[in-house]
Amino acid sequence: MRVGVVTFPGSLDDRDAQRAVRLAGGEPVALWHGDHDLKGVEAIILPGGFSYGDYLRAGAIASFSPIMADVVDAANAGMPVLGICNGFQMLAEARLIPGAHTRNAHQQFIRRDQRLVVENARTDWTNGFTEGQEITIPLKNADGRFIADAETVKRIEGEGQVAFRYVGVNPNGSMDDIAGVTNARGNVVGLMPHPEHAVEEGFGPDTPAAMSSGVDGLTFFTSVLERALAK
Amino acid sequence: MTDQTDRAPHDAEMIDVRPEGHVPDTVANAAATPDREQPYGALGLKADEYAKIREILGRRPTSGELAMYSVMWSEHCSYKSSKIYLRQFGQKVSPAMKKNLMVGMGENAGVVDVGGGWAVTFKVESHNHPSYIEPFQGAATGVGGIVRDIISMGARPVAVMDQLRFGDIDAPDTARVVDGVVGGISFYANCLGLPNIGGETYFDAVYQGNPLVNALAVGVLRHEDLHLANARGVGNKVVLFGARTGGDGIGGASILASDTFSSGGPTKRPAVQVGDPFAEKVLIECCLELFRDELVEGIQDLGAAGISCATSELASNGDGGMFIELDNVLLRDPSLTAEEILMSESQERMMAVVRPEKLDAFLAVVAKWDVETSVLGEVTDTGRLVINWHGEEIVNVEPRTVAVDGPVYERPVAYPSWIDALQADSASSLPRPTGNAVLREQFLELLGSPNLADKSWVTNQYDTYVLGNTALSFPDDGGMIRVDEETGLGFAIATDANGRYCQLDPKQGARLALAEAYRNVAVTGAVPAAVTDCLNFGSPEDPEVMWQFSQAVEGLADGCLELEIPVTGGNVSFYNQTGTRPIHPTPVVGVLGVIDDVAKRIPSGWQDEGDNIYLLGTTSLELDGSAWAGVVHDHLGGRPPAVDLAAEAQLAQLLHAGGDQSLIAAAHDLSDGGLAQALAEAVMRFGVGARVWLGEVLERDGIDVATALFSESTGRVIVSVPREDDVRFRGLCEGRGYPVARIGVTDAQSGSLEVQDVFTVSVDELRSTHRGTLPARFGATIGE
Amino acid sequence: MPTIVVEVMPKAELLDPQGKAVAGALSRLGKGAFTDVRIGKRFEITVEGEVTDAVLADVRELADDMFSNSVIEDVVSITVADAPAAL
Repeated sequence: MRVGVVTFPGSLDDRDAQRAVRLAGGEPVALWHGDHDLKGVEAIILPGGFSYGDYLRAGAIASFSPIMADVVDAANAGMPVLGICNGFQMLAEARLIPGAHTRNAHQQFIRRDQRLVVENARTDWTNGFTEGQEITIPLKNADGRFIADAETVKRIEGEGQVAFRYVGVNPNGSMDDIAGVTNARGNVVGLMPHPEHAVEEGFGPDTPAAMSSGVDGLTFFTSVLERALAK
Repeated sequence: MTDQTDRAPHDAEMIDVRPEGHVPDTVANAAATPDREQPYGALGLKADEYAKIREILGRRPTSGELAMYSVMWSEHCSYKSSKIYLRQFGQKVSPAMKKNLMVGMGENAGVVDVGGGWAVTFKVESHNHPSYIEPFQGAATGVGGIVRDIISMGARPVAVMDQLRFGDIDAPDTARVVDGVVGGISFYANCLGLPNIGGETYFDAVYQGNPLVNALAVGVLRHEDLHLANARGVGNKVVLFGARTGGDGIGGASILASDTFSSGGPTKRPAVQVGDPFAEKVLIECCLELFRDELVEGIQDLGAAGISCATSELASNGDGGMFIELDNVLLRDPSLTAEEILMSESQERMMAVVRPEKLDAFLAVVAKWDVETSVLGEVTDTGRLVINWHGEEIVNVEPRTVAVDGPVYERPVAYPSWIDALQADSASSLPRPTGNAVLREQFLELLGSPNLADKSWVTNQYDTYVLGNTALSFPDDGGMIRVDEETGLGFAIATDANGRYCQLDPKQGARLALAEAYRNVAVTGAVPAAVTDCLNFGSPEDPEVMWQFSQAVEGLADGCLELEIPVTGGNVSFYNQTGTRPIHPTPVVGVLGVIDDVAKRIPSGWQDEGDNIYLLGTTSLELDGSAWAGVVHDHLGGRPPAVDLAAEAQLAQLLHAGGDQSLIAAAHDLSDGGLAQALAEAVMRFGVGARVWLGEVLERDGIDVATALFSESTGRVIVSVPREDDVRFRGLCEGRGYPVARIGVTDAQSGSLEVQDVFTVSVDELRSTHRGTLPARFGATIGE
Repeated sequence: MPTIVVEVMPKAELLDPQGKAVAGALSRLGKGAFTDVRIGKRFEITVEGEVTDAVLADVRELADDMFSNSVIEDVVSITVADAPAAL
């Protein structure tokens, strides 16, 4: 399965996302922000990083890139789209999913291995998990605080659009401990933590079993492959 | 937008915005007005240096030439006070040391062959003075500068590490500096997508008015991608690309590095450079694509002294001739004079030498990344660097006189008047605790002291995951990065310095820093291969400081020769003092090592139940300059611990063999705080307790409990060995004849560190003591 | 209650990375007429009571010491509004 990973000026975790796709058994395809060419991919990842330096607002300038028009069209037609961290911010700026992001509550960049609970295991990117499953995924950002107006939060919660929630520690003050969100259809998912950093033994978060052995992130990428096979 | 063609030099509109009455000082004008007064003093040049320039040129320099010489001959750029000593790094080199060295001293960064067709480039640099003025931007641009040095070798940068020294942790100004510096490094390095994998953070009143912010970067390249900073090939184009040139840091190089801060004095005209990490990230990707497509013959980054430095260095290292049309420089600030353009230290700029037939392809790649560029000129065969402005020659120099053959000083050296008394005041005369309660109390006091306390407040602000190749990071002893995803080939890197030891004995202190960095690499399972250094000292005009400097360099150079690992490059930072009080001599030593497969890495703490814990090495009463002496008694005196580099090499080989054979589950070196601190850290690493007994060591080494716990004797490491590997491990030690004693066993159930017949401390208490110190001053850390 | 509005901008001679990035984006969106963007901060301070000279002097001092970093920023205006500005 061909999975596109878009590189914007300032994208950082695009190569890591490509590696994750490869390890999951897919074929990563590099996409360029300035093109209108999705190269026939069947799923798209908007990776983490500091596109445009996070200047103006994180993800804001990137959301005006030429390729985002194509991404929006594809998403509206049902293509699975995953937004990781900066990618999540882009999806929100592009209004593909609800909410917005501001500076972390404690005003600093934070990097930590974050415990999450999977709230929605039906989306294109989470169907390999079970609802209520707890996973550990690295988190690293400065503008990770998820906020939305009261009505939007109520709707997200009510419609089961919360994909992940922080467990134990809320690292940035996100409302309702929301760590990730999906659209109504379940094909577009955005989350703050970085699953692509928990896909390879020896380079993921520590687990009680052994140092750096956490690979909970791999399921994101195998899920979308499974979903494609099922279609 | 991209400037695709050479700009026309004559532009009436541009002349209109020149500051009133400013007429560029041309070469012809200089020759015709030999007696014109020139402000060489304000630019940082001494009278004899100015006279020398006149002699070299055979006339007075133009304003532009004066600006160039003033920045390039400043201490920071020319190393004029340190050159005669630094030569030792190039001279004290054995054939074995040259074996894997692809690029040694003198280039932007050293390059080491690590096998499999891969090479690693690394370097450490200082950005001390800008970081006191504006901590955030100073530290941020420090990261930017060192990373550009790495790119200019043809490498992809893959990791950074910082060595930070601040004033007293409780002084009000310290929080301002800490906040800014850590924030700046976090902002810049995270935005570049570089994992921060180690480093150190220290607090000492000597750095109060002069923090030390040293930045290290490492890059990886294939052998064939190696690029050097030379301008070869007559007719090849000289191209400036990256950010536009503005008034950043004008005079920064000569003013900041050749002067100290006078508290209460007037602030210099804002010479602050503002960093744009996004621009640099784009520049990195752009450069890598240029390298991949083989579009660049030579490349140089623009750092201190900006265009002056880049042009003169590229010309000096190449065919010796270059012609530059300064009007072609893209400006952010159109009011800059020609001299200001030459001196500007605007960030995120690179200069490349490009074959004419490749220029279009070059410009296409640069345009793709939205990077601005302009062709400034070309390589010539005249042997002169000629710079035109508005059609007239304003600079005509022999480039080597600017960039290479600068002044060489033999500064006066004086044995310090205070050092004999200091060395006589040994810590062995201080009362050592004997009672268990006091021992426990002092152990916890050390554990929670600022320099031994947990640094998560700092390191949580850094990305360690980006690029997906970080095999080891803090709090382990060295950072480790995977280079080859197929074979697992990787490198390890560690940096160390101890200003207190160096104050007692700079030569020994430098050797100790080298030994510690070397040992820190060895405990990860890697083989030490090369060295970089950042030498932070007071004013070179102070003969006692020069004595300290000469001693430290000698100690380091001799030590490297003994260990047979070369110094590949580094940095000197002088003038680190507040008023007349110099900092402790603080040479930072970085050691790079190579490991065949990062899967063989060794963490610094144990994870399993029932492993045997061994102490390698012997302990004697060596508390002078120790953390114990400083924290418990506020004492600095005596002589630092002895160093046996041959033994360190033996130890390193033993550790490598043990790691290679997967016999060692954890290895942690002993340094500040001694055995007690090392045990605590090994326990806290994964929260697995231990039961330790000191009897055998006390008897064998003839020492008391306090010495066993707090002495800082060198050549010591604690390891944990799984029971099934015990016999083979002991055999390994016996075969190599290195002193070893079993001192304990890991104990996951206990939830504590028990030193039998002395004290027991729970893991919870260890952690709360260790982790509370920095948050108490700088703010809570999340989730701790 | 009156409001005092303080505006802080990066110093003219310094690089403004944010402004530069936004200007680049405008150019890519075809808005070529907008050639430069600089981005600063606006502070709206609500005052209890009257805005006297002493109050203004206080704000001026705060603007210099706290709201701006005089090494890299300038306070470009301090104005008094009777009520928070309507949009």
